[in-house]
Amino acid sequence: MISADLAFAYPELILAIGSLVLLVAGAFAPKQTAAVGGGAVLVLLAAAYAAATRPLGEAFAGGLVADSAAAFAKVAIYLASAIAIPLGQPWFERRGVKTFEFPVLVVLAALGMGMMASSGDLISLYVGVELHSLALYVLAAMHRDNGKASEAGLKYFVLGALSSGLLLYGSSLIYGFAGSTHYADIAAAAGQQANAGLLFGLVFVICGLAFKVSAAPFHMWTPDVYEGAPTPVVAFFAAAPKLAAMVLFARVLGDGFPAAADQWQQVLVAIALMSVAVGAFAGLVQKNLKRLWAYSSIANIGYAVLGLASGTSDGVQAMLVFMVLYMIDVTGFFACLTALSREGKSMETIEDMAGLIKERPALALAMTAFSLSALGLPPFSGFWAKIYVFKAALGAGLWGPAVIGLVGSVVAAFYYLRLIKAMWFDGSAGATDRPPMEAKAIAVAMALFAFPLVLIALTWLDPAAAKAAQAFGLA
Amino acid sequence: MPLLSLITYAPLVGVLGILALRLSARADESKTVEASKWIAFVTTLATFALSILLVAQFNPNEPGFQFVEETPWFAGLAYRMGVDGISVLFVLLTAFLMPICIAASWKSIEKRVHEYLIAFLILETLVIGVFCALDLVLFYIFFEFGLVPMFLIIGIWGGARRVYAAYKFFLYTLLGSVLMLAAILWMISTAGTSSIPELMAYGFAPEAQLWLWFAFFASFAVKMPMWPVHTWLPDAHVEAPTAGSVILAGILLKMGGYGFLRFSLPMFPQASEYFTPLVFAMSVIAVIYTSLIAFRQTDVKKLIAYSSVAHMGLVTMGIFAGNAAGVQGAIYQMLSHGVISGALFLCVGVIYDRMHTREIAFYGGLVNRMPWYAAIFLLFTMGNVGLPGTSGFVGEILSMTGVYEVSTWTAILAATGVILSAVYMLTLYRRVVFGTLTNPKLETINDLEWREWAIFLPLIISTLYLGVQPNIVFDLTGASVDQLVQVYRAAIGG
Repeated sequence: MISADLAFAYPELILAIGSLVLLVAGAFAPKQTAAVGGGAVLVLLAAAYAAATRPLGEAFAGGLVADSAAAFAKVAIYLASAIAIPLGQPWFERRGVKTFEFPVLVVLAALGMGMMASSGDLISLYVGVELHSLALYVLAAMHRDNGKASEAGLKYFVLGALSSGLLLYGSSLIYGFAGSTHYADIAAAAGQQANAGLLFGLVFVICGLAFKVSAAPFHMWTPDVYEGAPTPVVAFFAAAPKLAAMVLFARVLGDGFPAAADQWQQVLVAIALMSVAVGAFAGLVQKNLKRLWAYSSIANIGYAVLGLASGTSDGVQAMLVFMVLYMIDVTGFFACLTALSREGKSMETIEDMAGLIKERPALALAMTAFSLSALGLPPFSGFWAKIYVFKAALGAGLWGPAVIGLVGSVVAAFYYLRLIKAMWFDGSAGATDRPPMEAKAIAVAMALFAFPLVLIALTWLDPAAAKAAQAFGLA
Repeated sequence: MPLLSLITYAPLVGVLGILALRLSARADESKTVEASKWIAFVTTLATFALSILLVAQFNPNEPGFQFVEETPWFAGLAYRMGVDGISVLFVLLTAFLMPICIAASWKSIEKRVHEYLIAFLILETLVIGVFCALDLVLFYIFFEFGLVPMFLIIGIWGGARRVYAAYKFFLYTLLGSVLMLAAILWMISTAGTSSIPELMAYGFAPEAQLWLWFAFFASFAVKMPMWPVHTWLPDAHVEAPTAGSVILAGILLKMGGYGFLRFSLPMFPQASEYFTPLVFAMSVIAVIYTSLIAFRQTDVKKLIAYSSVAHMGLVTMGIFAGNAAGVQGAIYQMLSHGVISGALFLCVGVIYDRMHTREIAFYGGLVNRMPWYAAIFLLFTMGNVGLPGTSGFVGEILSMTGVYEVSTWTAILAATGVILSAVYMLTLYRRVVFGTLTNPKLETINDLEWREWAIFLPLIISTLYLGVQPNIVFDLTGASVDQLVQVYRAAIGG
């Protein structure tokens, strides 16, 4: 029954139809970019509402799963995407790139990410991943006249295509050995006997997904792409796609291979620790803040993977809470960078930030909050995120990785402190331009969330994530 | 009325006041400087008044926690506050020193005064929070976030090598505390509660205790600081502004000792007993080695900083003696050191404000120009040496008595520290104050003004009063300490 199936795919339908309508509208009235942007925000909000309120169930023979985890992830993803539009569109227009495609691409990416979060088999996995990736490649290269942005887009595309290839190869192996693309059937096949072919396929899928979340040793593209891509676009794709890919990770591992938890746990612990180490040590020598935050995001993804590596429901809950809090941090930080410029040029290095506390106290305070939060200092949101992850890891007996992860955060502390030092201790590097209203408002709102709103938000984020985590096939 | 929360967050009212004032006069910030100072001063005085009210209402015969507040939060955590006889003393000490710090910064801080005052007020909230928190996570929040205002105070208003000192301070302490965080999370997931009183009664398995003890030790030993992780302290002290040093020596170091009393002894008694020889060894080395180093310093502040490390060695020793005399002595020593070392840093601040150097060799013969200053400096020098009649004596003699009962040799070796402290302190005093005034730059130096008198007076009174009337403190802490020691003794079967 197709019509019954469609009832579970309301958010996807809203986004798909909405994006096409916006595309047509934009094609007919290319000057009305603001209207298209506003429409896109409305579409995303409507989809978030639908995801939060629609009944739960499975559709399309299990290909699309609308469970509590999907609902949780989708609300977060759609809201994060909705923020990206008012952040990005004015930025592009100030630089003479008056295109209505930006909001449409964001909506399409959100559609793909939602599908990733809802994926019930290997087909929807691949469709979701490709849909969101293709939209992101274009977004990265959106600033057409800028050589660096084009380079970033191309790099992102080539390496992304490689990872998609790995993902597909792994999927086909799994399908070949399990005889089904459906996670539940794979779980049944994997549960019967230890199957080297299935595990082989699983490793490829893990590699492909590690690419998407930019976990070491598949992180190489991240600093280059973050540095080259337009700042508001980075604010978008450093946040929501990571959550979508992490949820997909949990789906493949939790729904598809719950019986092989001992095997994939080792792989994930290795990935997590490598990411934390690479993020902490490589970040030490960075001068460009976008590159620095790329390494910071690699380290942070390491923590999220560590939560997942616990292989428990607590671990998935920790990962979900971590990713949501991290998304808000990273969006806020890049919103600050979006807002700041000096004589028309973006401020991207640590030296550019010297003495910012006197020039732009609100933005400097916000950036301090995000730095301390990424460092994991209480009472900021990043601290609570880490608390969840390390508690889950310790609960699963992973005390060694947990301690290594914590020590890694001390190493990383140094570069966050360097930014704070530049802003607070150093003399001013000159006057800055008046920051645009929308970017500043988003940055300040996110900073207020990092502290103190997080203390209230956790009281409902905690049970919501716990409920979402129960949707996976993990104890 | 939630008195503890009121005391803890009262300084934040001052922060809001200063912010409002600053924002209302956007263009001309210099006009609001004086008013901001008064706001900060009055706020800290009000907090002190509230803490006196707390002590007045405190029932000293009740060994458990009083003024308990508890509000459930999320994921099993709760907002829990409460004080016992030990922590109430530290709350009082903090609230007592803060107005003095603000007053001491009145003239010496010239740039970014608003931010400076805000940092101090936030720091006061966090420190009082550390002593009042009865929930592990809440404790950790206050404990850890205290790094940030101190990092800024050292880094913005410090001396020449302020950035290096600020980093060193932050990273050293952070490394210690993340290990503690791992232990805290393990404890919460094992015991299923984050309430400190419940965890005290939980009784962790002896094998687990060893690791937990060590993780907490890593954090508190750095904070204390104990040899060999003390090297951040001299740098931080030297570079920090005067009031920053006072807070650092007077209060922040005490968080380490408080941590040992609140966590290590009651929660991990077997491990504490197991590691006692280690602590004794480290303390003895701290006492002797850092005293010798202090003797060789050419910078007044550095000398006092090393002397702090030596004195803290006596404190750790007394705590891990695990008997009433040792613990009481350690608490008393912390209290007295908070007052005396704070006062000594203020003494340095007086001449630094006038001459802008801390070189010992620069000074000499100050007694000729500054007789009153010489007298006050002498009093605190003697207090630091532990002269009978000053508060320093009571703490030293008690903690050494306690240690003597447990380990004779440790006590004998530690006693040499008292002699050594006399050696370096009296040498310092002689070189700075006595002799003839040879440096021509010193010929115009002036004696104390009324503001400095007002700062020193409460410190002088408390040093002398605590020296002759120690019972006012013992009455307050007695019941709680007795219970702590009894439970500890019962747990280790002694």
